[in-house]
Amino acid sequence: MAVLQFREALRDAIDEEMARDEMVFIMGEEVAEYNGAYKVTEGLLDKYGFKRVIDTPISELGFSGIGVGAAMKGLRPIVEFMTFNFAVLAADQIINHASKVRYMLGGQASVPIVFRGPNASAGQLGATHSVAYDSMYAHFPGLSVIYPSEPDDAKGLLKSAIRSEDPVLFMESEQMYGLKGEVSEEDDYIIPIGKGKIKREGDDVTIIASGKMYHVVKQAAEQLAKDGVEAEVIDPRTIKPFDIEMVIESVKKTNRCVIVDEAHPFGGLAAEAGFLIQREAFDYLDAPVQRVTLPDVCAPFAKNLFDIWLPDAKQVIEAVNTVTYRN
Amino acid sequence: MAKNKQEAVFTPIGQNHSKNGKFEKSVDLPPATRKKHTTLGLSDDDVVEMFRLMYLQRRFEERAMQMYQKGKFGGFLHLYIGQEAVSTGTVFALNDDDDIITAYRDHGWGLVRGISAREGMAELFGKATGCSKGKGGSMHFANTEQHFWGGYGIVGGHIPIGGGLAFANKYLDNGQISTCFFGDGAVDQGSLHETMNMAQLWKLPVVFVVENNGYSMGTAVKRHTVGEIYERAKGYGMKHACFNGMDALTVYENMKEIADEVREDSEPYFVEIRTYRYRGHSMSDPQKYRTKEELEEFQKTDPVERIRQYLLDKDVLEESDIEEIENKIEEEVLDAIDYAEESPSPEPEELYEDMFAGTPYFHDKK
Repeated sequence: MAVLQFREALRDAIDEEMARDEMVFIMGEEVAEYNGAYKVTEGLLDKYGFKRVIDTPISELGFSGIGVGAAMKGLRPIVEFMTFNFAVLAADQIINHASKVRYMLGGQASVPIVFRGPNASAGQLGATHSVAYDSMYAHFPGLSVIYPSEPDDAKGLLKSAIRSEDPVLFMESEQMYGLKGEVSEEDDYIIPIGKGKIKREGDDVTIIASGKMYHVVKQAAEQLAKDGVEAEVIDPRTIKPFDIEMVIESVKKTNRCVIVDEAHPFGGLAAEAGFLIQREAFDYLDAPVQRVTLPDVCAPFAKNLFDIWLPDAKQVIEAVNTVTYRN
Repeated sequence: MAKNKQEAVFTPIGQNHSKNGKFEKSVDLPPATRKKHTTLGLSDDDVVEMFRLMYLQRRFEERAMQMYQKGKFGGFLHLYIGQEAVSTGTVFALNDDDDIITAYRDHGWGLVRGISAREGMAELFGKATGCSKGKGGSMHFANTEQHFWGGYGIVGGHIPIGGGLAFANKYLDNGQISTCFFGDGAVDQGSLHETMNMAQLWKLPVVFVVENNGYSMGTAVKRHTVGEIYERAKGYGMKHACFNGMDALTVYENMKEIADEVREDSEPYFVEIRTYRYRGHSMSDPQKYRTKEELEEFQKTDPVERIRQYLLDKDVLEESDIEEIENKIEEEVLDAIDYAEESPSPEPEELYEDMFAGTPYFHDKK
């Protein structure tokens, strides 16, 4: 195992796949000469040159569509967004085209493309830079959505995403790029898309969280353990396909579940997972499933309001206390 | 004394609401070429084939319209009638492996790029034997084997994709160019401008072609966009052209020069081809936004009639030869209707097919 920063794990994945397949290229704002807004692509321009590491203008709709067209002709674009908050301008290409072209042409074309970049909030950046889009994209058929929490998951899953024959949205976090973690040194390390991981075993409650929220939950679980509550923490890693089997198996053991999701409450992952759990494990539940999400309000700037807005370990512990009737 | 205040007007006022009674055409046609097909490098057979393809597109759509009115199939039906010289002149100008992508008015494009009348009609009928297996319908004809990347339903949505096809051609250094067709309405979408900027900056071998048929749905060109469309290219330092789209030889002549140049120096081109849509935007269009006079005037320049007359004038074919071609096409189209009617609908399982090239995944599918 090597200890790598999250950004280094991502870079290794991109580097390995670019070395392996000449059809893979990366484009986006500041990916080449600037070496990446968050230094994910640092050094790739020097290694692969201007043909395969391409700076784009600030035209998310335009360059995303160029990526879709290139993918239809057999290239494997990695389209980097400086944040998925900006990718909303490209939503027509992701939602109306990347996910639908194959179906509406009766299977005559495929779109092997990866859209990646940071997702959700990153501190006090105001209302338009703070939204989690994983659940929204997961809504659309044909799109896989990955939101890993640790460098090892990031590397193995990004390699899978680049090799996927179909469009994948790969989500990261500005606040996690410097996060260090052990990463497998296995040759050609691949993690299959759609498989969750039990990151902490426990018998008292199942807590589900991916991406940045996993780290909030980890903190909460450590605190809960001190109080004698052993949480089982599942990181689905992939939002879609969602590893519901792993969740159901765990809930059948713990009989209680809290879902932590950095999206707003309406129609998010927490809503979907919660529905599936009540249907598939109704007889096993000792308490209604609880969720911790953002409130149904925009991201505020003021520090004190922002801290109330963003889910934290305290809110997770409160939710666990609710499902374990410890309140 | 205060003057009588006039009510503010935003969108320029259209033909049928104009108070001065002036009849202003939605689109002005530049003159057609005077050159003979042989001067342009086309053989007699080529120009006969051009007529055949144009007549096929015309009869295919006239019959499709009848079938639609009879309730044989649903969905939208946007007819290309009046614009057939554009598709036909273009395919003769391009190499067979050059890419074509277009918007939802796509039947003609499919028919000139290898979709048979049978496969096309079956697609309209939503049958499994359709060119897109009944998954796309009227707006999503495609034949990717012959580099027709399909018709697209979001106005302007396929323009960046057309840029992407060209990007791939440059990346693969395969000598192919891409052509991206869209209507005058799409000129107003931001996607065009983002793509033009990148295409010029990145020197992509792509031709952006506006088929200016006078109307963005029911809004005349002068009511939806500022200035001359082809002049937009100037803002991007892009080469541009504007020519007559009611004459297949003119389209051929210009598109051939442009395609050769784009292939040679890998730089984009922005083209406005002026044409006219004889039918409504779609089948549900009462066409209150234009005058009968305008329609009649453009019908005098009918591109199918024009090439037919050309064949006679230049003694390429006799009237009887032409009638024979027309009769054959009539049979081909009628046969296509029978084929479409008799073809099976997609099996229910096919609902879940063609979503994924790799491992399929359907959330919560039992």
